[in-house]
Amino acid sequence: MAVALRAQEKNPFSGDAKVAKLGESQFRANCAFCHGLGARGGGRGPDLTSAQKHHGNTDTEMFHNVHDGIPGTAMAAATEGGIGVGMSDEEIWQVITYIRSVEKKASAAETGNATRGKELFYGTAACGTCHMVNGKGGRLGPDLSSTGVSRSVEYLTESLRSPSKRLAKGISQPLKDFAQEYETATVVTSDGTKLQGVVLNEDSFTVQMLDTREQLHAFEKTKLRSYEKTRDSLMPAYDAKILPDKDLKDLIAFLLAASEKGAGQ
Amino acid sequence: MKFMRVIHSIPYFIVCCGLPSSSGAQVTSERLLNSSKEPQNWLMYSGDYAGHRFSALDQINVSNAAALVPKWAYQTMAGGKFEATPLVVDGILYGTGQDDRVYALDARSGRPIWQYQRLLPADIRPCCGRVNRGLGILGDKVFVATLDAHVIALDSKTGNVVWDVNAAEHAKGYSFTLAPLVIKNLVLVGVSGGEYGIRGFIDAYDATTGKRKWRFYTVPGPGEPGHETWEGDSWKIGGSPAWITGTYDPATNTTFWTTGNPAPSNRGEGRAGDNLYSDSLLALDPDTGKLKWHFQFTQHDEHDYDATQVPVMIDHGDHKWIAQANRNGFFYVVDRTNGKLISATSYAKVSWSTSKDTMGRPEPDKAGAPTLEGNRVCPGAAGATNWMSPTYDPQTKLFYVTAREQCDIFATAPQPYDAGHAYYGSAYFPNDEAQPFWGALRALDPATGKLKWEWKHASPTWAGALSTAGGLVFTGDAEGNFIALDAASGKALWHFQCGGSVFASPMSFAIDGKQYVAVAAGSALFAFALP
Repeated sequence: MAVALRAQEKNPFSGDAKVAKLGESQFRANCAFCHGLGARGGGRGPDLTSAQKHHGNTDTEMFHNVHDGIPGTAMAAATEGGIGVGMSDEEIWQVITYIRSVEKKASAAETGNATRGKELFYGTAACGTCHMVNGKGGRLGPDLSSTGVSRSVEYLTESLRSPSKRLAKGISQPLKDFAQEYETATVVTSDGTKLQGVVLNEDSFTVQMLDTREQLHAFEKTKLRSYEKTRDSLMPAYDAKILPDKDLKDLIAFLLAASEKGAGQ
Repeated sequence: MKFMRVIHSIPYFIVCCGLPSSSGAQVTSERLLNSSKEPQNWLMYSGDYAGHRFSALDQINVSNAAALVPKWAYQTMAGGKFEATPLVVDGILYGTGQDDRVYALDARSGRPIWQYQRLLPADIRPCCGRVNRGLGILGDKVFVATLDAHVIALDSKTGNVVWDVNAAEHAKGYSFTLAPLVIKNLVLVGVSGGEYGIRGFIDAYDATTGKRKWRFYTVPGPGEPGHETWEGDSWKIGGSPAWITGTYDPATNTTFWTTGNPAPSNRGEGRAGDNLYSDSLLALDPDTGKLKWHFQFTQHDEHDYDATQVPVMIDHGDHKWIAQANRNGFFYVVDRTNGKLISATSYAKVSWSTSKDTMGRPEPDKAGAPTLEGNRVCPGAAGATNWMSPTYDPQTKLFYVTAREQCDIFATAPQPYDAGHAYYGSAYFPNDEAQPFWGALRALDPATGKLKWEWKHASPTWAGALSTAGGLVFTGDAEGNFIALDAASGKALWHFQCGGSVFASPMSFAIDGKQYVAVAAGSALFAFALP
């Protein structure tokens, strides 16, 4: 039965409300840890209520992503029980049925002007100084090419208004529970050079960082004159004075349009 | 207590134990009882029956640990969590890995001698990875308990199957992940599956034939004491697995086992009562499986606070204790002669309990119960610690445990039981806006429960700890470092980046007078020694 279910390209339970309910139980047990209650995103995992999904929108792609995990991301193979319990093929289809039932149909991109958002992004709002979208921009902050489809509008708004509230996630490693966050580091090297930048990775003994001039550095902590880290993001808080609501909507519209264009690639 | 120095003691062991050469001698039950007399070997999961995970070898010590180098690595080439502790007997290492593989290696070189791979059916239900934590050994057999709920004896010279018994229905969520415990001629195992609404048990099998000698159900049936602690028929699917290897006190012929969560793990509705013997310490007669006494750590648990941490036997003056740093965040000391609580002190951030009952047990706060939209509780679902082994060092008289400082939001929702399907009744997830979660290796004084020192980890880790007569504590971290700490101060003396998370507890052995420390990390088993 399991093999037969997997071989199907379409969800055998598509639109079945009862199955969606079963899927919700599975989702809570296995997926909510990262993707949050109601699949609205939890900071660790993307919001799955968006109709566009960065790693594929078809039933087959979603099945594959759950079943086998997504290499290079924190998304573990459900069959290995990376988070929660291992899921059977039938249970994976139940989860997909559930996710379909909570997807929002309308694109939030309609609420703003993407063209103007792009001008702001690379112009007066200066987002592009630190962030890249589809190959254009800076490197200090997270690449935002897929953010529009993987994050809710609420999340994006919060990230702009209060960037230190939930720091963006960086590299994740297999079997490590939590991804590295975009913390701010200030170091003074043994020769007295002072550097500030974002932590790309860190353990008890070493730190790897990108400084504000986009130079990579790797240090042994004991060899530094000083090492300080804060959870105040290097990104300024874009409050309503700096970025009126209309501009904010335009920026988000740009991110949504950019990532929908890039989705699935 | 004095400890012999291994360099001088090897010839002594050969004389004392009558070993003809470095290998070939049978592992008798007497050798298991006297494991402290042959510290060059590691004869059971925790190193000894007391659960100390302490090595009396001291060639690697505080003064030279900084010079440690990797000597070999053995790649399982398997994905997922590599949680096993190997055994070493007279120069041969016996280990397990992911997907129930078993191997024998030349412990000096890491070269494989034989390999066994269990062919697992597609419908196994491992809750938390396709893991296995190790073997038991007796005579010329090693014993492995598998994810499809079989207990298997392999010929220690060839890896051939000697006997194979099916303990329970794997498709209904029963599985094994632990290393069996051998006592006399019996192989003891406890079942996993608390996430599937199983009815937990501990089994004993005849080591020679594989015949089951007894079974102790960790959820009492009708007419048995404790049955009244379950509402209606909830006992039938009450969980309470026993998935970590127990310990054994030969002086009183008592084996100590610990149990996991009642099912469903995060929903108390429908199973009103204390839910015995979930989250408990059990004292059993190893010959009969009869319960001598029990002590329940968490009554009516709704936060998945399995008590499946090795119950460590500590002799403190004339006092006979079991010490356990529990997943629920409290460090318990229990009198192992009668199960009476001596002390319970928090060793990590705790919010699920703010009061104690008349016995002195921390009791759950109603306010901490999971709700529909979620309730933030510390420790989180992975616990203040988990299955990774603690260690007790009889020299420093300190108890070292991996602590995880992580809180979670616990939500709950009704969920019907469906055999073989996950049965949580819940969801749990970290609080995103909280300060970052972190971990530490903590040195606790069992006499007071007080923290002596801690080594901070960058993030919560799943590595256990080993203490040695060299004044060292070895542990690992999620970032892939294997670390030697000064047991007295917690100062890091050495570390090695293994390239993958340490998801296991270390052990130590010696060959030809050379001490090694071994640990699983990523997909490989590493052995370290002085140059």
